[in-house]
Amino acid sequence: MAKLEFKLNGTPVTLDIDPSLRLLDVLRNHFQLTGSKEGCGEGECGACSVLLDGHTVNSCCLPIANIQRREVVTIEGYATSERFKVLEEAMSHEGGSQCGICTPGMMIAAESLLNKNPHPTETEIRIGLSGNLCRCTGYNMIIKAVQRAAKKGEGLW
Amino acid sequence: MVRHIIPKDLNETLRYLDEKTFRVIAGGTDLMIQKRRWSETPPAFDQDMLYILNLPELKHVIKTPEGLNIGAMTPLEDLLDHPDVPQLLKEVILEMAAPGLRYVATLAGNIGNASPAGDALVPLYLMDAKIVLESLEGQRTLPIENLITGPRQTIIRPNELIRDIIIPHQHFTYARFIKVGTRKADAIAKVSFAGAALIEQGVTQDFRIALGAVYQTVIRNRNIEDTVVGKTLSWLHTHKQDLLDAYEPLIQPIDDQRSNKTYRKHVALKMIGDFIDRLE
Repeated sequence: MAKLEFKLNGTPVTLDIDPSLRLLDVLRNHFQLTGSKEGCGEGECGACSVLLDGHTVNSCCLPIANIQRREVVTIEGYATSERFKVLEEAMSHEGGSQCGICTPGMMIAAESLLNKNPHPTETEIRIGLSGNLCRCTGYNMIIKAVQRAAKKGEGLW
Repeated sequence: MVRHIIPKDLNETLRYLDEKTFRVIAGGTDLMIQKRRWSETPPAFDQDMLYILNLPELKHVIKTPEGLNIGAMTPLEDLLDHPDVPQLLKEVILEMAAPGLRYVATLAGNIGNASPAGDALVPLYLMDAKIVLESLEGQRTLPIENLITGPRQTIIRPNELIRDIIIPHQHFTYARFIKVGTRKADAIAKVSFAGAALIEQGVTQDFRIALGAVYQTVIRNRNIEDTVVGKTLSWLHTHKQDLLDAYEPLIQPIDDQRSNKTYRKHVALKMIGDFIDRLE
């Protein structure tokens, strides 16, 4: 066990916990934040993506020890932002969410990309989302959604 | 009972390592998967663990007269953004890890893990990278090829930590990295290749080839490379087959779930040949 302190969705938290636990399990079980999904459990699919200091990371490969004194934002925390609303509208408008399992991870990866590069080209979007698999294969709609969000949310990123 | 330690700084880390043997974990993108069990259960770590990803002393990229000094825990993502990181290494990073892995994965993790298919190792061998190890006794610096001795084997002592990776300044007129894998973003390589050359006025001044996933460690053979240095470009093109014949016995891949040895050897030789063809 170890004492961990970090910021989760804007709120400082302290936990006495096994530091080898996967961030994903702690989010889902301890905090009941079930928006982050477990797809492959080995860093291939991106369904478990969360933001670590604003960058997308796979929470299934991250021991919770590694977020000591850092800041995690899950899809639940991101959902309270203006940027989320723009991205949500774009995903909905373009039909970017089908079965929905990949959607939280896609939104997190898109946020991470736009945060770094507010005007990405199509290729840059494809690379930015390359760690996220959509088994409905709705990639083109998701890419269009990111393009739409970048345009509609001009100035937000 | 496995102990888990999250040290505050480098000195505390070195003191723990001096005290007893720990398994050092960086970003976790390899170890957490290797030791993975069922969902909702902790990984099957069987050694005491030391979590060093957030050590502040190990996150930096500094340009020195000797080369580029990369702190062991610098995320790959930071290397992509840094103007002084060689383009070849950036290309490798883009192919070795998707964005979600890049922000926590590190070069030192790839080195410590010492997988024959470790993508970052191939350019590091090619660029004559040196690894700085530190313990309470002091520091020592070794070429990467002396550090890694076999699959998942290194000569890092139990009380030592990878501190820095030094990449000497590079001057090539042509450099190329090719990874053959099933998925561009983050598949583990079937075969990987890096080649670099410096050609001035039609004469080869520098010629290097490194191959990954086709032997127990990354292959780099300076004897073969030396036979090319000082020769003209036309010599290089007319002696392509001789060079391939020289590399052929060094390439000793295995069959595994990702590929087989026949394919790996064939592709590795094709990539060397293609590299030579492209030199001008």
